[in-house]
Amino acid sequence: MNKNTGMTLTEKILARASGKAAVSPGETVWVDVDVLLTHDVCGPPAIGIFKKEFGKNAAVWDREKLVIIPDHYIFTKDVYANRNIDILRDFASEQRLPYYYDVGTENYKGVCHVAMPELGFTRPGEVLFGTDSHTCTAGAFGQFATGIGNTDAAFIMGTGKLWVKVPETMKFIFEGEIPPWIMAKDLILQIIGDIGVDGATYRAMEFAGDGVMAMDMEGRMTLTNMVIEAGGKNGVVEPDQTTFDYLAGKTDKKYEPVFNSTDARYHSVRRYKSKDLQPMVAKPHSPDNKATVTEVRGTKLTRAYIGSCTGGKISDFEAAARIIKGNPLRLDTYVVPATTQVRQQLREVTFEGETLWDIFEQAGCHMGEASCAACLGGPSDTFGRLNHEEICISTTNRNFPGRMGSKKSQVYLASPYTVAASAVSGTIADPRDYLPVAVG
Amino acid sequence: MKPKPISGKAFVLGDDIDTDQIIPAQHLVYSLEDPEERRFYGRYALSGVPDVQSGLPLGGVPFTRPDAFESEFTIIVAGKNFGCGSSREHAPFALQQAGIQAVIAPGYARIFYRNAIDGGFVIPFECFEDLSGLVKTGDELEIDRELSLLHHKPGGKKYPLRPLGDVADIVEAGGIFEYARKHKMF
Repeated sequence: MNKNTGMTLTEKILARASGKAAVSPGETVWVDVDVLLTHDVCGPPAIGIFKKEFGKNAAVWDREKLVIIPDHYIFTKDVYANRNIDILRDFASEQRLPYYYDVGTENYKGVCHVAMPELGFTRPGEVLFGTDSHTCTAGAFGQFATGIGNTDAAFIMGTGKLWVKVPETMKFIFEGEIPPWIMAKDLILQIIGDIGVDGATYRAMEFAGDGVMAMDMEGRMTLTNMVIEAGGKNGVVEPDQTTFDYLAGKTDKKYEPVFNSTDARYHSVRRYKSKDLQPMVAKPHSPDNKATVTEVRGTKLTRAYIGSCTGGKISDFEAAARIIKGNPLRLDTYVVPATTQVRQQLREVTFEGETLWDIFEQAGCHMGEASCAACLGGPSDTFGRLNHEEICISTTNRNFPGRMGSKKSQVYLASPYTVAASAVSGTIADPRDYLPVAVG
Repeated sequence: MKPKPISGKAFVLGDDIDTDQIIPAQHLVYSLEDPEERRFYGRYALSGVPDVQSGLPLGGVPFTRPDAFESEFTIIVAGKNFGCGSSREHAPFALQQAGIQAVIAPGYARIFYRNAIDGGFVIPFECFEDLSGLVKTGDELEIDRELSLLHHKPGGKKYPLRPLGDVADIVEAGGIFEYARKHKMF
């Protein structure tokens, strides 16, 4: 494979998708798209542009490659939001789309970025574009995945192609075993705090090292999910047996994983010693406003929120339940599973003989339906939305002013462990004080 | 054809203005096609910016007056990383609906930049020094697109802007579809 020497994983995917032997950073290439993802907020305008530009009766380029997952504004009385679901439904029906997951049916999934892996659409070596900035989550599987707007999505619907600039890659290596009280969220908050909310603009962010490769797919997804919070174009983890095992049985489609050349060139390489990592938060109002939990311990809060594509996966709830079980909560706490599958798992997965669902319900948590819910505020009747001057600690991804509702509210971003510890304590708390494993 | 200069009043903002501040998520429900509904994107543009940071240096300046659908401002001057956050194309669309023609910032989040250009909504110019501390909200500005220069009328000074480069053709065409047709791509 001489033609692939000197390239990163991202460069190799873009070379293959553009039919070239090699590409280099800065080069603009037209790529063939393997999967286009859209949802209820950006799907309707993208469909509008598609029809305007290609004709009312135009067919999408490949109906097997378009995935539509409504997830943003689902459980609301807002008539405009509900109309957007109708537009998706009509389009899926007229285009006979096999991969549309309708609201109010057994097919409904919830948050697209967590549903995509469940459905096997996150295949190593492929190119995925989505009308949502957190499309980058799928990079955990060694896929090239990035967010685009409505116009670009409409362009893909008609042509199956899009231009991209090949990004340079920044590599982040975590050496050594990750301490048991540290979660992937702590790693990515540390990185964003170190490089800033524009520290990776136009670049790929790759996560590597034995600390990362020991993580399960959900942990890796938390890392790649938040590369957009550093301005990154895509995030990647080199695929391995963990990746292939996860996808086994979820997709019939053959995929060809690609790997970094040993002589691949990087924009930069940063190394972290896993044993030095600390539980982290991002303070209001920016994901790069980092502090260790030790520095902000005791900070006043009024609410805790566990959910979203970043922190609403089953492993996130398993972590939270370990701390919440048997402890009365001092904060109003919202539990929002990302997908219907995660919601079902809450009723099946147990910790110390009790289901996660029972643990949360008995502790007094507000239990939500699978959707994006209050992560991005949304219509005023959205479950968990910060409608006033709440101070919330959240497993979500952004805390710019007004992100979760009112611009008078404040949001601290943290790991599920830290959010759960804080829900029990009533103020920002250190998970090490609540996890038996940390004592020794 | 020579591109026309853009002139009008400046609205000044700080660093890292994300798309939730440009158009809060609760408003992303209106049709972008319906001529009556789409006007609401103009009304709510920049309504997520905290009051103290709205219209610098003083703050407290509403971008759009209550009940209006358009702003009196034509050019946004902002700090670094303008348009970060979500991929919503509604953000540059909302600015266009409000009457904004150009943004001037030291740098942009890439999805916003791409959306602004591919959709033909507003022109994102890059400046070489951060002008958000020099220009005041309400100042009269003129952008010479041919020479890539910003004329700050109250100060009487001209500041260079980075030429649009590769994307100039898409900007001149009015968006990626117009560009693709012109080049017979489909």
